[in-house]
Order: sequence, then C-alpha cells, then structure tokens
Amino acid sequence: MKKVAIIIGGILFGSGLAISGMTNPGKVIGFLDIFGNWDPALAFVMGGALAVYGLGLLVIRRTRPSLQLPDTTADPVSKRMAIGSAIFGIGWGLGGFCPGPAIANLATLRYEVIWFVPMMLIGMFLAQRIFRLDT
Amino acid sequence: MAINEIIVPLTGGVLIGAGSLLAMCASGKIPGISGIVAKIIRPKVGDVNWRVIFIIGMILGAGVTFYFSPRFADAFELPGGRNVTAIAIAGLLVGFGTRMGGGCTSGHGVCGMGAGARDAFIYTVIFMIAGALTVLLWNLVRTGGAL
Repeated sequence: MKKVAIIIGGILFGSGLAISGMTNPGKVIGFLDIFGNWDPALAFVMGGALAVYGLGLLVIRRTRPSLQLPDTTADPVSKRMAIGSAIFGIGWGLGGFCPGPAIANLATLRYEVIWFVPMMLIGMFLAQRIFRLDT
Repeated sequence: MAINEIIVPLTGGVLIGAGSLLAMCASGKIPGISGIVAKIIRPKVGDVNWRVIFIIGMILGAGVTFYFSPRFADAFELPGGRNVTAIAIAGLLVGFGTRMGGGCTSGHGVCGMGAGARDAFIYTVIFMIAGALTVLLWNLVRTGGAL
C-alpha cells in the first residue's frame, strides 16, 4: 500500500514537471532571466505546488495526528548550506536544469540529460564526501 | 499573458505539490529530489526502496505525459548557445550545490517553504538570485554587454 502511494506520488510529480514546463530548460532560463526577457510562468508552478503541499500538510496534521510526518521545524541558516544553495543556483542558471526535471527528462533520453545527470551524481557524491553527509 | 500560460503551469504545480504530499505521507520523509537521489547513491539499509520507487514513478509520469502530449516534449529548448560543456559543468554544480545546500527546488522550494520553514525560504531566495545572476551574466557575455 505504502509503495503504491509512493509510485503514484512519483507519477504525479513527474507528470507535473512535464506539464508545467520545468523539464524545458529554455522555460526555466526564461524564468530566471528577470533582468532581461522575463517569463513569469514558472512562478505559477511554484505557487500551485506550494498551495497544495502547504494546505495539504495543514489538513493532514489536523485530521491525522497519529500519522508520522517528517520534522520540518526550521534550523538556523548555516553558512555551508547558504553557499551550497548559491552554487546550486549558479548551476541552475547555467544549464536550466534542477535535479527533478533533469531526471524526469531521462524518459526522453536526450543527450543533454545523459550528460547532466551523471555529472550531477558525481557532484552529489563529492559533496557528501567533503561535508561527511552520509550520516 | 494568455490564460493557458497561467492554467498549464498552475496545473503542473498542483500535480507536483500533490505528488510531494503523497510521497511525504507514505514515506514519513521530506521528498526533496536531491535528497532522494543522494541517498540512493549512498544508501542506508531500509531507506532505499521508497526512493527508487519514487524516482521510477517520476520518470514514468514524465514519459507518459511526453508520449500522450508530445507538445510538452517538443517544447524542449536550450537557449543562449549552451553547449555540452556548459551542461556538464552545470550538472556538477547542481549536484554539489544541492547536497552542500541540503536541498533543491523541491526540498527547499516546495516541501520546506510549504511547511513554513524560514531557513528553506532563505535558501530558496539564495538559489533563485544566484540563478538569475548567472543567466544575466551568461547573456551579457554572449551579447558583449547588450541585453
């Protein structure tokens, strides 16, 4: 049952990425091009996702208090994570892919993601090693 | 702005939010994509299967959508003369940065901000500003200073 829910979750997420335009790096770069020819469309993607996730979380917390949910209390902002986020942002603007859309694009076997995804895995592995994140 | 330019991305966003919510309830974990993937490549016993299942579902969901609505697949473009070298470097930075930063667009941007976490909001603002500045810089270099 749990596995069925998770694969359905994945299918919804992947179809959402494809429909939203997130799997098109041109669309993502257009969204990030706020100083040039800005395309605000992806703000609606974030808005829709945040509304459903945020409201859903509130409803579930109220109606199913016994359900074990992840701890989402905010931690203090760390220097490491702030710099990491900046590095991620540079890569995002350079290639137009963040992790989800890059992997979802594997469905098309485009050469761009055949390059991007393995490099991303190497980057993740390096960061895990350097910052000892394997706890 | 045509109404479809709002409805279509909004629908995609709703599906992304719903998928994240479902995976979060079923796994009891924060389903950010960078974290899901990272913990597949460095697995912990008993905490791998749901991650693999979610990723397979995600590729399947995108694949089925592309198959039945080829316009979403055909919309793919890589603007501004970005070549394979740029893409490969971008992949390295995205992988390294999302782990060093503890999350990506879904982990910080949807799940963290959706839960009202202040730190996730700040990290999201940081990667969006860094992304916008990178696009600006790329365009400036490409066009020799003209926007």
